[in-house]
Amino acid sequence: MIAVVDYKAGNLRSVQRALEKIEVESVVTHDPETILAADHVIFPGVGAAGTAMKSLLESGIGEVLKKCIDAGKPVLGICLGTQIIMDHSEEDGGVDCLGIIKGNTIRFQFDDPNVTVPEMGWNQVNFSKEHPIFKGIESGTNFYFVHSYYPSPASEESALTETEYAGLTFTSALTAGNLVATQFHPEKSGRHGLKLLKNFADWDGRL
Amino acid sequence: MLNKRLIVCLDVRDKKVTKGIKFKGNVDIGDPVEMGSRYSAEGVDELVFYDITASAEGRPIDLDMVREVASEVFIPFSVGGGIRNVQDMRNVLLAGAEKVSVNSLAVRTPHIITEGAELFGRQCVVVGMDVQHVGISKEYPSGYQVVIHGGRTAVEKDAVEWALEVEKLGAGEICVNSIDADGMKTGYELTITGMIADAVTIPVIASGGGGVPQHLTDVLTKTNAEAALVASMVHYGTYTCPQIKEEMHSHGVQLRMDW
Repeated sequence: MIAVVDYKAGNLRSVQRALEKIEVESVVTHDPETILAADHVIFPGVGAAGTAMKSLLESGIGEVLKKCIDAGKPVLGICLGTQIIMDHSEEDGGVDCLGIIKGNTIRFQFDDPNVTVPEMGWNQVNFSKEHPIFKGIESGTNFYFVHSYYPSPASEESALTETEYAGLTFTSALTAGNLVATQFHPEKSGRHGLKLLKNFADWDGRL
Repeated sequence: MLNKRLIVCLDVRDKKVTKGIKFKGNVDIGDPVEMGSRYSAEGVDELVFYDITASAEGRPIDLDMVREVASEVFIPFSVGGGIRNVQDMRNVLLAGAEKVSVNSLAVRTPHIITEGAELFGRQCVVVGMDVQHVGISKEYPSGYQVVIHGGRTAVEKDAVEWALEVEKLGAGEICVNSIDADGMKTGYELTITGMIADAVTIPVIASGGGGVPQHLTDVLTKTNAEAALVASMVHYGTYTCPQIKEEMHSHGVQLRMDW
């Protein structure tokens, strides 16, 4: 059973629908006991860091998530869920985040006025390391992105993949033991995205 | 490197995909869920479902259809037509759409764009704008005017000025549809698409007029539009999505080819 964590940040059902398609059982929940009892945890999110952090602090779900990671449970962050596991985000005038991976979430800034922000669309994900969630997926495969901010880990150790947008190379997935986190949306990335979710569901959290 | 996008639009009426010329004389051509999954498997980058009669009939969008599409299609899709307020937007997003498209509603009540962007994030709010060529004048410095109600009603708004206004109000993306070119298969309206794409810093989708793959290549190489939308080109089997993408790719358009 996968717990898809509901912290009032955007469309969680799209993740659940993708899991249904690959026949993986899941529950969308904000109940700490259900989350702690799940085999795997997905921490998705669309929206703004400020509102999301407020909700995580008030509900105590931020702490629950940390417990899951400490317990060795496989945890997958997606998009905003990835940005707020960093120390700090530049969004909403600057927000302290969960601090699970060292580094910050930074806003795209380009001098060229023709570069659009958010980055919206399909872009290549180049693997810096091997990882069980990429089993059967080639480096350079296109995944779907919608974001104005990106994670910038303090250590190369945490950088799992790289993606280039308008001349800027950013970290598009992070790794830290049993925690893996993507800036892109596997649930919206066609068959390769479904494959990644299946790989995550099959992963025991060990590298 | 970010890819340009091929988007297929499915105009839906009474749970059937339909297609007309210049918004008139529609004929039914298939089931939206079946067609959406097929296009998705054939490498389309995004889908748009437009409930073309919801607005005229004053009824809400068909949410069951949105849910059915969402359980079969795992690429981004947007839904439009018949959105009346933020509650409708919320319902469509919760039913599984990635984005909501507003057109006439945004012209009548522009604050809906801001409300939608604040509640759901601006990436969820697509503003569709139908434009027609009227010639450059003091009222219409771009030479293009905004029209609503599927091209039936002209409004006193210059196309580029309206694009800048919707960006400021919080739109995440703009779909520029040329009424003059729609269904004519003579190519996209490069002039107004280019002007709008240069004026705003959010992504622009070119719509209306695609007849052959070269038309898509043209609009995606000669303007800063990030996506081109097609309908009749693929609905009648004239081209498949892979054929269109392969031809564009062979002409140097950066595209997702690993679907």
